Amino acid sequence: MRTLRARLTPYALIFPGGLWLAIFFVVPTLVMLSLSLQSGNVVDGFAFTFNWHSYVDGVTTYHDQIVRSLLYGLTATVVQIVIGFPVAYWIAFKGGARKSVYLFLVLLPFLVSFVLRTISWQFLLSDNGILFGPLKDIGLLPQDFRVLATPYAVIGGLSYNFLPFMILPMYVALERIDPRLLEAAQDLYASRAQTFLRVVLPLSLPGVFAGVLMTFVPATSDYVNSSVLGGTNTTMIGNVIQNQFLVNQDYPVASALSFTLMALLLIGIFVYARALGTEDVLEVAAR
Amino acid sequence: MNRGLLRGRGLQIYTWLVIAWLVVPIAVMILFGFNDTKGRFNTTFQGFTLKWYGRLFEIDALTQALVNSLLIALLTMVIAGALGSLIGLALGRYRFRGAALLTLVMFAAISCAEIVMGASLHSLFITLGMPEGFPTILIAHVMFSISFVAVTVRARVMTLDTSLEEAARDLGASTWATFRLVTLPMIFPGVLAGSMLAFALSIDDFVITNFTAGGTTTFPLWIWGVTRVGIPPQVNIMGTLIFAGGLLIAAANIISARRRRA
Repeated sequence: MRTLRARLTPYALIFPGGLWLAIFFVVPTLVMLSLSLQSGNVVDGFAFTFNWHSYVDGVTTYHDQIVRSLLYGLTATVVQIVIGFPVAYWIAFKGGARKSVYLFLVLLPFLVSFVLRTISWQFLLSDNGILFGPLKDIGLLPQDFRVLATPYAVIGGLSYNFLPFMILPMYVALERIDPRLLEAAQDLYASRAQTFLRVVLPLSLPGVFAGVLMTFVPATSDYVNSSVLGGTNTTMIGNVIQNQFLVNQDYPVASALSFTLMALLLIGIFVYARALGTEDVLEVAAR
Repeated sequence: MNRGLLRGRGLQIYTWLVIAWLVVPIAVMILFGFNDTKGRFNTTFQGFTLKWYGRLFEIDALTQALVNSLLIALLTMVIAGALGSLIGLALGRYRFRGAALLTLVMFAAISCAEIVMGASLHSLFITLGMPEGFPTILIAHVMFSISFVAVTVRARVMTLDTSLEEAARDLGASTWATFRLVTLPMIFPGVLAGSMLAFALSIDDFVITNFTAGGTTTFPLWIWGVTRVGIPPQVNIMGTLIFAGGLLIAAANIISARRRRA
């Protein structure tokens, strides 16, 4: 016997926030879709022509940047798994009473602005800066050695900036593993390697999955790292979108590129979820 | 045994190395706030000085940008904190039609690429002919923070025992009194954590702000603007102070958590 009032309560609670999300998240996405199907320019105005030429133009012109973004994003994600997994593992299983301290140290970069952190790396990696300058002076590195403006700098920056997002969910998944399962595996004569491969690794996969979700998307669509640490040969699709929207004001092509990026990321996530056999993608990710 | 010990040590050293890597740029930022730099470029260490701390607010545009950032973060914390908490409460407590759709939209907002969100908001504002500035930045920040607050509060609500609220009602408390005196205090840690997350997301945001700022600058936008001409030491100091503020809040959290446990 629920009263009308009780039934309406949840709707009253979600109304203001839901409305905000609808107007400023759902509607803008639709507006952008419509923009991408318009033609015209910023002086004469735009008209809705429902043709796909902005998509064709955008993808053919910026094919290299799209492929490069996916490549950099993917590489950075793999690098982060490789670097981050042992850290998450050690904190979860050997961190003892100081687990939260180690975790806090891993999260420290988040207390400093993303842009400032990236600029800090630009400074550290500069050609004759505090790292490479002395090494060049004593002849350990050739004079023309450089990291800035190479793909290594951009991928390194991406890996650095999003690493805590990778470690945190992996840690959560590993920390949840009941130590008795490991004991049981050992009692059943599993070697250390077998215990790791057949117990720890499968149970940590939801964490890896969430980590990939939280790092692949921002890494692939980033333009801060490639602007600050990269050069003309490392421009990513984010740089193009930013430039088309805010500098050239070619809204149809810019919108089409944003939509293409969104579609590629969505496809990537779903293919990945399928491959992993995770049924409840949303469940894992929402956590 | 010996091998196991070595392996344990190896991983421990590795973990510390990764932590060191994560902390290096922060240390550099703090150090160069104390640099007695002469020229426009703050790139080589020329001696220790505190003079920049005395001249922290010398650059008006930078100070204004920092004030904007703090103000927007504070307002985002309050607005997204309230709206997100209400959603979190509804999703954690009630089963209702549309809950799955709302969860899906929130998940999309959390996992959407920032540049796509920024670009779509920019599309909306130019289509409506709405001038961009402080209000549009605030709208954007509240939009991307709501879902994070809601998820945090929902997690807290789901762990709660509803019998306390039933008891309050049995004892004659009105709906509002029950909410204010029983529900709110119980979910408050979640609300606080969610709001603080919203503050942190807002003050650090660059990408979406870049698309919705118009002529207004925030702290990250100002830094971005001067990247090519050189970062003044004042930026390092402001970054250091924000970092120290974050440390203090985290320390306060840990201490209060310890006290609760004791």
